[in-house]
Amino acid sequence: MTERHKNPDGAGRTSFIRATRSQTAGYQRDALWLAAIVHRLSGVALAVFLPFHFLFLGLALQSEGRLQTAVNWTGNPLVKFAEMGLVFLLTLHLLGGLRVLVIENLAWHDSQKTAATLAVLGAASVALFYLAQIV
Amino acid sequence: MTLRLYVWQRLSAVLMVPLIGVHLATIFYASGAQLSAAAILARTSGSVFWGGFYSLFVCAAAIHGAIGLRSVLADWSGLNPRRADQIMWLFGMTLLVLGLRGVAAVVVA
Amino acid sequence: MNSSIKVTIWRGAQIGSYQSYDVPQRDNQTVLDLVSWLQRHVVPDLAYRFSCRVGVCGSCAMTVNGRPRWTCRTHVSKVVKDGTLKIGPLANLPVIKDLAADMSPFFDQWHRAKGSFVPSAGRHDPMARVKPGSPRRQAADEAIECINCGVCYAACDSVRWNADYLGPAALNRAWTLINDERDGGNDARLKAVSGLGGCQACHSHQTCEQLCPKALNPAKSIAGLKRRALSAFLKGAL
Ligand code: SF4
Ligand code: SF4
Ligand code: FES
Repeated sequence: MTERHKNPDGAGRTSFIRATRSQTAGYQRDALWLAAIVHRLSGVALAVFLPFHFLFLGLALQSEGRLQTAVNWTGNPLVKFAEMGLVFLLTLHLLGGLRVLVIENLAWHDSQKTAATLAVLGAASVALFYLAQIV
Repeated sequence: MTLRLYVWQRLSAVLMVPLIGVHLATIFYASGAQLSAAAILARTSGSVFWGGFYSLFVCAAAIHGAIGLRSVLADWSGLNPRRADQIMWLFGMTLLVLGLRGVAAVVVA
Repeated sequence: MNSSIKVTIWRGAQIGSYQSYDVPQRDNQTVLDLVSWLQRHVVPDLAYRFSCRVGVCGSCAMTVNGRPRWTCRTHVSKVVKDGTLKIGPLANLPVIKDLAADMSPFFDQWHRAKGSFVPSAGRHDPMARVKPGSPRRQAADEAIECINCGVCYAACDSVRWNADYLGPAALNRAWTLINDERDGGNDARLKAVSGLGGCQACHSHQTCEQLCPKALNPAKSIAGLKRRALSAFLKGAL
């Protein structure tokens, strides 16, 4: 078995990273790593969504009627699903953020794996609760 | 990320913890009670409380989102720091303007 | 029980390839035993590094089945997967040859983080008395046993993503010195660990904590630095 990796020393950092990554992929599946990456990705997703959310609210500037149309439009199951996803993302990001704030600022507890899992469970239940409300 | 950005990001995060709590509760209430756009606007328009609340929220979110985006870009895109800073400011300002416009729409309307 | 293990080893420098060998399995065999057997019996020019073989010197770390490990105290039976082991040099560092990574960036960051003691008294001053139970001494105690193995550095995503990041070990070291009552270099040190690539660049993944063979918790030390830096910043001192 032979696996090739190019890893030229002076060829810039990116290629160095790519080549070494394959040697270290294993640990990335740990619960805490997942908690961190979920926190980051949910943050990016929220950043992408936020301008649209604000534009949507801005519709009320033009007329209440347009906002009503938009609010009605959110009755569409697909849009409902997307909305639920956003509340889910927000909750997830909030809980992940609380995890970081706790780690950084409060006395350290060794139970963070549990905390991370609880955070995801908490987010999921809030999202389900929301889904139950709007369906 | 410089220490200054770190501080702004964490302070805006702490500020948003209660704000998000109230926001989520409001969403649950509004969708649970099946409020129409008119009913929502009736509650928000002219309200100093909601105007202040959501203006603060928009400012914090703009700061937090812009710095967060900068960190992700710096880590994952290999952009040089100056370009990442430019994108941070551009994105933050966009959020701020659009967000305050949205708040104005539902409070002043 | 298998009588042999299929071992895949990185051969070459920055450019190279993984190559497979069969190595006889023994009771209580460590990964370092296995690498040494290979070097003595099959691949005489295999480059790797070790010294103490008992977990003191910190020179034997390698990537074993995807994770950085101290190889002299990692039992093969604990990490072997389906009778195979994949062994490479530490990640996040340039490769010199085969299993030997170039540790210079790791130690350079140590210096950038001002990881050496700065005396605040001279030889004619009375001996400093540090109470073993004092909070600062205890904070330093928790973090002091680092053997510079580089496992945390190889495991850290922030190191991987951010070329300036000082890394878990150097910051952990700075934290022990910040808690050393006798040290006189803490203003400069706090500046160094909150400047370019400083403690604020840690994403709190805690991978360092999970993999440190000495069961240290660099993420916790870094959190301490973050609190110091934050309050210094708010007071206008940074
Ligand atoms: S907690 Fe910080 S130092 Fe430790 S692995 Fe994560 S990013 Fe690196
Ligand atoms: S902190 Fe732990 S993993 Fe990192 S260099 Fe020191 S002993 Fe090794
Ligand atoms: S050889 Fe010294 S720590 Fe492994």
